[in-house]
Amino acid sequence: MKLFLALLRRELALALRHGSDTLAALLFFVLAAALFPLAIGPAPGTLGRLAPGIVYVCALLAAILPLDRLFGADFDDGTLDQLLLSGLPAPALALLKAAAHWLTTGAPLLLAAAPVAVMLRIGPAALPVLLLGLLPATLLLSLLGTVGAAVVLGARRGGVLLPLLVLPLATPVLIFGVAGTDAAAFGQSPRPHLLFLAALFAAALPLCPLAAGAALRSAAE
Amino acid sequence: MCCCESGFNHTGQGPSTGRLLRRNKDEADVLEADGLATIRGERLVFAGLSFRVAAGGALLLTGPNGAGKSTLLRLLAGLGRIEAGRLLWEGAEALADLPAHAARVAYLGHSDALKLGLTAAENLRPWGTRAAVAAALATASLAPFADLPVRLLSAGQRRRLALARLALRGARLWLLDEPTLGLDAASVARFGTMLARHRAGGGLVVAATHLPLPLDAAATLELGR
Repeated sequence: MKLFLALLRRELALALRHGSDTLAALLFFVLAAALFPLAIGPAPGTLGRLAPGIVYVCALLAAILPLDRLFGADFDDGTLDQLLLSGLPAPALALLKAAAHWLTTGAPLLLAAAPVAVMLRIGPAALPVLLLGLLPATLLLSLLGTVGAAVVLGARRGGVLLPLLVLPLATPVLIFGVAGTDAAAFGQSPRPHLLFLAALFAAALPLCPLAAGAALRSAAE
Repeated sequence: MCCCESGFNHTGQGPSTGRLLRRNKDEADVLEADGLATIRGERLVFAGLSFRVAAGGALLLTGPNGAGKSTLLRLLAGLGRIEAGRLLWEGAEALADLPAHAARVAYLGHSDALKLGLTAAENLRPWGTRAAVAAALATASLAPFADLPVRLLSAGQRRRLALARLALRGARLWLLDEPTLGLDAASVARFGTMLARHRAGGGLVVAATHLPLPLDAAATLELGR
């Protein structure tokens, strides 16, 4: 556990040291979302109706951006071998990376989502539900993304393969997240949709690190 | 193409003869490979490879490029897949519990596995306490560079930092792949002291190299013949 925290602290220190890489995903999220009012016009009715979908899709794409280097950098410079020999089991390493990804990408996206959603004229009833849904959604994206990043490790053109692998897996996140926010916007209860997201997270939390850990082991061979 | 050194059981000798005289169960061979074979990209790299290393012993892997030296080292670290044969640690299957095996192994590959953006001390931090890191840096005479980003260090200094991490791990088995690459004479001598101290404490060394290593009384295993 001490080693886990020491390595997590190191990941965060690295993310801070390479601040531009870390900020890139966040800026991509804000910029991509800002394109929509320009493309479909600022009419509050249309834009507000589309806002939850726009926020979710942009967050999904932004979360995928840094995945390429999640294990890639460690794989290239030999750090991955040292991590696998650190005494932590491979699934714990995957969980560590997922946590680092969420702290450096998911959490900032969550913070930026509120002003972006307001900019897209989201209704006052839908905003809290959007943010509440984005919490398990970003966590899920980090976990699923970690699996994708581990699986394409060592593959040629892994960066291209990665979105193709992760995006289909992330569709349930998109569906339940947006449906929950829409339900709140139309005065219905978002509870079942949010519970579905929470259930998905509960299933992904043990399964994704196991899958990613196995992929890491085979990448090291 | 494949090397068969069946029955190779040259045992590395401990540095102290006193230890050898009262050779009991603890002093028996710690690492034992029996008929190891591995396949890399559909090519049989080696097969029927057997050797033993005792506590305090050292095994030097030699052979031409592509003979499988690095592959064997990764195999011993538990990073590869063994196609046939057994690897034993103190008589028990070594790779049955990978995290447990990882705890007794310190591996130094071709790459230094350092983060260029972090300082020398930060690179070592996860592997030891603050005091231990400072001591390891001082031993490698890298103390003046402790707070410098590794990006600014020379190739030889980076290698020394990687060697300092090795000592910090406190592992029993050192697996070294060309450890002295890029080191100056003084650093090689210091590395020799480090190796001798590790072996005197009952540690094992398996090293692959083309350069002469400061390693006394090491058994040699020639691959790729």
